[in-house]
Amino acid sequence: MRLVEIAAFAVRGLTANKMRSGLTTLGILIGVASVILLIAVGNGASSAVQQSIAGLGTNILTISPQRAQQGSTVKPLTTADAAALVGPDSPDVKYASPVVSAQATAGYGGTSYAISQFIGTDPHYFETTNSGVAQGNLFSDNDIQQARKVVVIGATVATQLFPGVDPVGKSMLVNNIPFTVVGVLAAKGSSGLQDADDMAVAPLTTTQNALTGYGSLTQIVVQARSADALPNAQAQVTTILNGRHKVSQTADYRILSQDQLLTARTATTETFTVLLASVAAISLLVGGIGITNIMLVTVTERIREIGIRKAVGAPRSSILGQFLIEATLLSLFGGALGVAAGMLGTQFTIAGIKPVLVPSSVLLAFAVSALIGLFFGSYPASRAAKLRPIEALRHE
Amino acid sequence: MSPVIEVRNLRKTYGAGDTAVHALRGLDLTVEKGEYIAIMGASGSGKSTLLNILGCLDIPTSGTYLLDGIDTGDFDEEQLSLLRNRKIGFVFQSFNLVPRTTALANVELPLVYAGVRRAQRRERALAALDLVGLKERTHHRPNELSGGQQQRVAIARALVTSPAIVLADEPTGNLDTDSSREVMAILDRLHASGRTVVLITHEDEVAAHAMRTIRVVDGRVAGVLV
Repeated sequence: MRLVEIAAFAVRGLTANKMRSGLTTLGILIGVASVILLIAVGNGASSAVQQSIAGLGTNILTISPQRAQQGSTVKPLTTADAAALVGPDSPDVKYASPVVSAQATAGYGGTSYAISQFIGTDPHYFETTNSGVAQGNLFSDNDIQQARKVVVIGATVATQLFPGVDPVGKSMLVNNIPFTVVGVLAAKGSSGLQDADDMAVAPLTTTQNALTGYGSLTQIVVQARSADALPNAQAQVTTILNGRHKVSQTADYRILSQDQLLTARTATTETFTVLLASVAAISLLVGGIGITNIMLVTVTERIREIGIRKAVGAPRSSILGQFLIEATLLSLFGGALGVAAGMLGTQFTIAGIKPVLVPSSVLLAFAVSALIGLFFGSYPASRAAKLRPIEALRHE
Repeated sequence: MSPVIEVRNLRKTYGAGDTAVHALRGLDLTVEKGEYIAIMGASGSGKSTLLNILGCLDIPTSGTYLLDGIDTGDFDEEQLSLLRNRKIGFVFQSFNLVPRTTALANVELPLVYAGVRRAQRRERALAALDLVGLKERTHHRPNELSGGQQQRVAIARALVTSPAIVLADEPTGNLDTDSSREVMAILDRLHASGRTVVLITHEDEVAAHAMRTIRVVDGRVAGVLV
């Protein structure tokens, strides 16, 4: 009894019932593909968030006012604070841009659009936040001094308000105040949570005049001279602000470095990834149970055939070999198709997220389903092969 | 020369204790080479149990069974499968062909397990199918064959290895009169060509083909009709 003959029986067993083999393969395929895809989506979401944060630059500090607590007074962050942060006392600070932001409704022609972030700041802000200009120009210090009503809009705003029109030079209404569009920012893309291009930037003075008033700044964005200088810059900024705000115990402002932001966001996305991984684990389990089921049914309905084979003199080893090869072929074939389907699926954007394949998940999904298929394909067969022929033949 | 089958004090008990069923209670039987024997008995008499043990499909609780002079009691499962393959051809009442597999492949099956090479296998399987008059139906699957044809395929499978004995458990039990006649004619021819045939039947007509009829009652041989 040669191995080739046993393999031939296995192949014949599979082709003799194409429907059953097909369904088994499909079960394994779905199990493997869904695990690969789910993990890829989770991974894609977290890497998108990380990228969008990294895209802002790694040498930035964001200073924002702390909410007032009982028993403490809060001094607002002012333009003077921002100006004081750049000087001989803070050699590691390159720029400090005051930022005010508000929501604003913009209109052009017949259309109107709610911009989620309308920012007033100085020209250094663009460099600090890695914002390049795609069309037109940025505004200048002179525009700030003159409080000119000029605005640089994000890509989303440009497509929403000026479809098919070059926005540069056009006048758009922001809360019914006319602003001249001088430039369009290069698209940054969505971070999965918010659209970084849904924004407009105008000179600080203009924005305060027209929209926000002269209260506290929303933020001061500080750019350190380099990523390595960031801790020093943070210390210098703290010293200066503590002095200006006469802070004794609790600071009335909060400094967030890009690093901390990244850590916070990463923690969020990690939770997300864990959630998706547990969904994947459950689908692996469900897929595994499906494979188990089909394999058990397949073997059980063939116990009689096993009896026939034993009755004409098949040794146990050859029956075991046949079912082992059948299970191996099904598992490998279904698993390979599942890997292909899963990898194909990761080529598409799913719910705004570009999935990123995790190589180890491919291996895991494939190995687990192959092993499950092998075990539940061969274990019942081995039990059936141990039966006396007459017991197997009587099996209904 | 030793008999093909020699059975001494064969007992088979299913279950244990109060619920134990004694299918065979010390049965003795001797079958010489070239004999044609019919076993008759009421249902529950133990005749099927006897034939299953003779075919090495089941093992007795106690007693000895010498097949072709070999004591099968010493054999393990692996050696028994070899014995089933080389010495025994078994024909079932319900045919028991491998489903979705051609007649030819079904007949070749025992030869594959015997390790016969492909070319020779095909030749012998075709010869066996020719012997049962099914040369035209080699590539039909069981569900494309009538009951009589399926049983003839099963007989071809039983005799393709040239076994020492052909055992048939009510071979005509599921067949109409015409098919039964064909099947019995084939068994008669096998006997005529010198093979040992043991069959179980309910029908006197079928039993009449045999040289001897053994009546089994309550797990013992009650009488022999020559």
